[in-house]
Amino acid sequence: MTQFITAVLTSLSSGAIYALMAIAIVLVWRSTRVINFAQAGQAVLTTYIGYTVIQLTGSFWLALVVAVAIGAVIGAVIDRFFMRPIFKRVKSGPIVMIAPVVATLGLLGIIQAVIGFVWGITNQSIEAPVSTGGYKIMGTVIAFSNYNLLVLVFVAVAMLLLTLLFQKTNIGLALRASAYSPEIAKLSGIKVDSVRTLGWAIAGASGGLAGMLYIPGYFLYPNAMDLLLVLGFIAAVIGGLESLFGAVAGAMILGFAIIFSTTYISPKLFFPTAFIVLILVLLVKPAGLFAPKKSRGA
Amino acid sequence: MSLIVEGLTIDHGAIRAISNVSFKVPQGQLAAVIGANGAGKTTLLRTLSGLKEASSGSVTWNGSSILAKRAEDLARSGIMHVSDGKSVIAELSVKDNLALTGLWRKDKKDVAAATKEVVELFPILGQRMSQSAGSLSGGERQMLAIGRALIARPKLLLLDEPSLGLAPLIVEQIFQTIKSLVKKMNLTVVLVEQNAMGALKIADQGIVLNLGSVVLIDSAEKLLNDPAVRSAYLGF
Repeated sequence: MTQFITAVLTSLSSGAIYALMAIAIVLVWRSTRVINFAQAGQAVLTTYIGYTVIQLTGSFWLALVVAVAIGAVIGAVIDRFFMRPIFKRVKSGPIVMIAPVVATLGLLGIIQAVIGFVWGITNQSIEAPVSTGGYKIMGTVIAFSNYNLLVLVFVAVAMLLLTLLFQKTNIGLALRASAYSPEIAKLSGIKVDSVRTLGWAIAGASGGLAGMLYIPGYFLYPNAMDLLLVLGFIAAVIGGLESLFGAVAGAMILGFAIIFSTTYISPKLFFPTAFIVLILVLLVKPAGLFAPKKSRGA
Repeated sequence: MSLIVEGLTIDHGAIRAISNVSFKVPQGQLAAVIGANGAGKTTLLRTLSGLKEASSGSVTWNGSSILAKRAEDLARSGIMHVSDGKSVIAELSVKDNLALTGLWRKDKKDVAAATKEVVELFPILGQRMSQSAGSLSGGERQMLAIGRALIARPKLLLLDEPSLGLAPLIVEQIFQTIKSLVKKMNLTVVLVEQNAMGALKIADQGIVLNLGSVVLIDSAEKLLNDPAVRSAYLGF
């Protein structure tokens, strides 16, 4: 029983972290139709900056705020000064689809190399701001702590804020319109380029939050977010790449599948499970489980 | 406030889509641009609204050049382009679709008033506010697209094939609405249509395009009544 409860709780907290990365990927995909592989680099960079803030001030919370804010700035800068020029120059032919994605891969490599130069490549660690000791249930210590709970709460609040932003505000409507139909948005007078940059900024902030919440259980090194990027990407694809709800749902499905298969069958199943779930979804519902309905007929 | 197009040439890569096209639409008038598929009608409209770059020539609206301006800036200055057929965002609700052209307008009271007017003009939209635009019929989508443009209080309306794929009765209704809007709002309209007869019936001026060039410009009435023109260019 305790094993089952532990598995459920761990699935939720793992899924929550995957969800933040999935949301970052979905936000960029929706605004620019690019899978941003540099997101792993952006998130690890903001986490290193957070790490430095902790070294200087000792405050995890200040570091979290700084990482999220700088994450937003980095996202905006990448779109404005890197992606937008690429889109302007690459206008036709098969390269249109490939060039931006390859550019994000190149950027990932550059960011990770720069991090290596600045902070070195040895493992660093960030101490969690609250206890990571597991709760005791019926005399047994389970693998779910105050910190895991904190992660869940943070992710839930982030989801709530993003949902409110997208569904209830004018900026959210501009973001949705620019994502679904940039042309109609432009013809309606919406400054789609600026809205896209905002989408990249929100994605960068989400990645920054993911990094700061993910690393306290692991080590910090230049490639530390690569695994999270893959899992976030799988979660986003499962969810249909278009919706924030889909990203979260996809991440939770992935979290449960991975934790339950590794708990009850074999710990070696971590990667196979992730990819089996992905392939099953692609075979059964290639557009993803939560792709939005477009329209009748047209 | 007139639209003046002079020597406009537009290329799609190596293909010339529009060649040396000139015409003038005075304020408060409706010009119908007609011609077969591939005549360059849509390309012309996309250039007027800033979606496509011109290769040469000039376009002035209200005395200032509008070429090389961004589509969103032109939209904000009162040039509204209702693109092909049913230009609505299917994933958004009717209400959200209508809200798009009011997002950037400072005068929120007037946005509310304009929205009310649109709902009075197209009552069906009022009943479908919370539905997704994708669930609307073709005619309803066209009403939504035109309604969205009207909320911006446009001065120049560019309409691309509003009759496309609609039942004859609905086409008639849409055309009559456009005609009454021109009068009521003193709108200047460029209406691109394959439905030449329907368009010319409500237009002041007719511009016949063929393979990217203007082959005829005259009053709509004259074009409609000239048998030679009708059989050679209009197909009816």
